[in-house]
Amino acid sequence: MTGIIALYIFMLAAFTGYEVIAKVPVILHTPLMSGSNFVHGIVLVGAMVALGSATSPLEKVIGFIGVLLAAGNAVGGYAVTERMLEMFKSSRSQGAGKRGGRH
Amino acid sequence: MGEYFSATALIQASYLVTAFLFVMGLKRMSSPVTARSGILWAGAGMLVATLATFFYPGMSNYPLILIAVAIGAAIAWISGKRVAMTDIPQMIALYNGMGGGAAAATLAVLGGIIGAVSFSGSLIAFGKLQGLIRKSLRFRGQQFLNLLVLALALVLGALIATGSNASVGAVTGLFGFSLLLGVSMTLPIGGADMPVVISLYNALTGLAVAFEGFVLGNAAMIIAGTVVGSAGTLLTQLMARAMNRSLGNVLFSGFGDSGGAVVAGAAVSGSLKPIDAADAGVMMAFAQKVIVVPGYGMAVAQAQHKVWELCQLLIDRGVIVRFAIHPVAGRMPGHMNVLLAEAGVPYDLIADLEEINSEFETADVALIIGANDVVNPVARNDRSSPIYGMPILNADKAKNVIVIKRGQGAGFSGIENALFYLDNTRMLYGDGQAVAAQLIAAVKSV
Repeated sequence: MTGIIALYIFMLAAFTGYEVIAKVPVILHTPLMSGSNFVHGIVLVGAMVALGSATSPLEKVIGFIGVLLAAGNAVGGYAVTERMLEMFKSSRSQGAGKRGGRH
Repeated sequence: MGEYFSATALIQASYLVTAFLFVMGLKRMSSPVTARSGILWAGAGMLVATLATFFYPGMSNYPLILIAVAIGAAIAWISGKRVAMTDIPQMIALYNGMGGGAAAATLAVLGGIIGAVSFSGSLIAFGKLQGLIRKSLRFRGQQFLNLLVLALALVLGALIATGSNASVGAVTGLFGFSLLLGVSMTLPIGGADMPVVISLYNALTGLAVAFEGFVLGNAAMIIAGTVVGSAGTLLTQLMARAMNRSLGNVLFSGFGDSGGAVVAGAAVSGSLKPIDAADAGVMMAFAQKVIVVPGYGMAVAQAQHKVWELCQLLIDRGVIVRFAIHPVAGRMPGHMNVLLAEAGVPYDLIADLEEINSEFETADVALIIGANDVVNPVARNDRSSPIYGMPILNADKAKNVIVIKRGQGAGFSGIENALFYLDNTRMLYGDGQAVAAQLIAAVKSV
């Protein structure tokens, strides 16, 4: 991948991130922050490559720590986000119109 | 032909799929209707990228990789599943710090600096929110020192990047200074502002990941990192704006400190008028419309389940019930919505500031539980108040206001609340959960 292509990707991705978030209601700020926290867990891929190509013991130790932390970022971010979003329900989906249906 | 089916092409294709799934996932997470599936999409993307990377050409050390993934994943999964919803902000800080640390460990210079700052800064943020660090360290010339440390890190980074000095000492110094910067940037910032800081570090980690992506020539990392970087920056600004602060003000002024000096402001006149739970219950039972204004105090008292039970009783009596959420209710924007969702409150009963503020005039009762500064009318009309100009919920416009409060005392910011002294306000003293239970009993006996 040439540098200029990488810069194009960078620019387009920056706009994408902005547009995706721009209209988000306040009620989803916390889950979204958690969700984006999960997404940068993709650093796991870079950490795996670094450890995979490590040769000296020092490189291996640092790479190992990197992979461990990155896996923690990805898995923890997922677990917390999923738990939060699990709880978001509308009154219609709670069924029978028994609760909160009258407004 | 063979080239099309090479491992590299397959990996690149997988990363493309991952980038698509991430963007779609985040898109779906920005609407409450589709949010649940959003995290599943993004999760699938992560799985695809991780599996594909095992086939990266020239990889070795597979046992080490598997062990590291297993340990990191297990610790994070267990902690993520167990953490109480009230403690979500610091868990996000912790996972974010891990991501920053991982970016730093991958040893690309610019990403390394940002990753290391985000790592140590996030850990300090975690420590503060968890109550491990209680003091906010401030001294004269602190900003200057921070700039100096940043400059040193950048100089070392430039030396390493240009290859003129890539010794172990230079690398150690680079990370030492970067870690120091994260610590010294975060220590002076008070607990109330910490969510904004976490959001900022979240964006920074995204950028660090993007830079790593440049170095490794990995498009999935560039895209995911940049999307998080720009989305996180916007989210940080939205949060700061919701608190009526600029980002610079949050980072460099040190106001959001719960240590709370008593702040000057016009004196409030009038008296506090108490009410008992039985009368308050009757008042609500015969109301047409009740707006509940919950604050973090409600979550601390674990009262949200009881409050929802109370609201269900009212709804069954035909009362219109809405929840009004201030953008900074809870410990970060949207946190209160998560806490209410946990208690089972449907999200369509919950309204944010802009939606609900015109409705207070038509409400018979505004029930304030655990909220204080966000309903303080001085923010509207007292120019000398430090919270002047902060958007507030206009609870004072309701026909009756009931304030559930532990005792007499000023709010988080140390500012006296003029709402409590209004003629249409009644104070209902007691622990949030106990009071909510009394109100339930009162409504049931009507």
